[in-house]
Amino acid sequence: MANAPHTIVLSARAVERTVTRMADEIIERNDGTERLVLVGIQRRGVQIAGRIAAVIKAREGTDVPIGALDITLYRDDLQTVGPRPVVGKTHLPVGIEGVHVVIVDDVLFTGRTIRAALDELADFGRPAKVSLAVLVDRGGRELPIQPDVVGKHVDVPAGERVDVAVVELDGKDEVSLSAMVAS
Amino acid sequence: MTSPLGKDLLGLEHLSAEQISLVLDTAEPLKEISERTIKKVPTLRGATIVNLFFEASTRTRTSFEFAEKRMSADTVNIAIAASSVSKGETLVDTARNLEAMRIDMVVIRHQSSGAARFLAERIESNVINAGDGTHEHPTQGLLDLLTLRQRFGTLKGKRVCICGDVLHSRVARSNIWGLTKLGAEVAVCGPRSLLPSAIEQMGVHVFDRIEQAIEWADALNVLRLQLERMQAGYIPSLREYNRVFGVTRERLDRAPRDILILHPGPMNRGVEIDSDVADGPHSVILEQVTNGVAVRMAVLYLLAGNSPRLAEAAKGGA
Repeated sequence: MANAPHTIVLSARAVERTVTRMADEIIERNDGTERLVLVGIQRRGVQIAGRIAAVIKAREGTDVPIGALDITLYRDDLQTVGPRPVVGKTHLPVGIEGVHVVIVDDVLFTGRTIRAALDELADFGRPAKVSLAVLVDRGGRELPIQPDVVGKHVDVPAGERVDVAVVELDGKDEVSLSAMVAS
Repeated sequence: MTSPLGKDLLGLEHLSAEQISLVLDTAEPLKEISERTIKKVPTLRGATIVNLFFEASTRTRTSFEFAEKRMSADTVNIAIAASSVSKGETLVDTARNLEAMRIDMVVIRHQSSGAARFLAERIESNVINAGDGTHEHPTQGLLDLLTLRQRFGTLKGKRVCICGDVLHSRVARSNIWGLTKLGAEVAVCGPRSLLPSAIEQMGVHVFDRIEQAIEWADALNVLRLQLERMQAGYIPSLREYNRVFGVTRERLDRAPRDILILHPGPMNRGVEIDSDVADGPHSVILEQVTNGVAVRMAVLYLLAGNSPRLAEAAKGGA
């Protein structure tokens, strides 16, 4: 990665506070942790779901099951952008029939990823309810999809990109804006 | 958009180690789909695939068909018995007819080496070689590689011996290309009459005795002995073959280490492999079958981005 100039939107401490608040909101919306399942979207949604689960564990003392969804095979742009190089793992720890699934992702943008995630979830069963929690909502929706729990709203000018870094994959926690580099 | 594999999958000879690893890395997560209650993802919705089999095949055709259906493609099976018309003419006619039906991919099995390439050069659709003569059977090679990689972690430095009728085997050829590219050491073992004369030039060791192969190897890929070979005089008798080259429990018990046993099927139990080996603890033969579906799904997925007709349709519909 080139060292393009970037603006930090959330520092490591701010990410921690934001995730904590998201976890509290999820518990509140679910009225506890009963029948709650967190499902992170590959890749960074999975790590954020893990953080949320850790906060819930500290707060409520319960282990909320965490799953992972890779939506690559449910994308609507295979023919226009070609196959993604690497398909990640999909893993749901428990049946999702009748539970409250909270889909967790790092950035909500066009909504196409969430559309794909909803399609994929439906292939595993019929949850009683599905909610959406995102660390950053950057606007720019192309589908009628809205989040239930938002870490931070960020207005992103055209031509800029939101990058979410997590310790597990990137060595640090940080949300930043940077200029889009033509690839 | 170009596919990372190019337009067609004709063999492993012309793929790079990176391309082969990409197929294996893609196949790995796809295995999970076959464990689901609803064993289907929508990835290839709207794509039409023809399974064009000029040679009898149950396992390979079924495996391709499952792979296609689990990726949501629409499939048609065409089985064409060997006809009196010369093979070249039949293929050209078939190709033209298929093109006229607006298909996206062809999976072809043919008794003539080079048939898949011949077809690929004449049609726009993606072509996948499901076995051409004694040339290559790339998806079998890939599923063998995936099975070995899962068990060993890496193929680098692992010793794999291909046993039996290497001369007539497209499975052997695809295995040798794939294994050597991924850094494994490869050997062949069988009667000299069933080994190609210049086999050493492919960079493999040659063992004349199965005991030597077992002494050396981490894995044996035991090929099916085509029973016609006996009538053709390549081997004296099946019993004799089993006595000299059969992979038996007694022989494996003397191995210095545990050896994985692979077989592309269908097996001749009691000829090239004994039942207690095929069903024994070191056999990964059924894992190969499971992996076959995942590898074929990966190949379909990786080629799909390179279908000119689908790309055109996607642009129009956007």
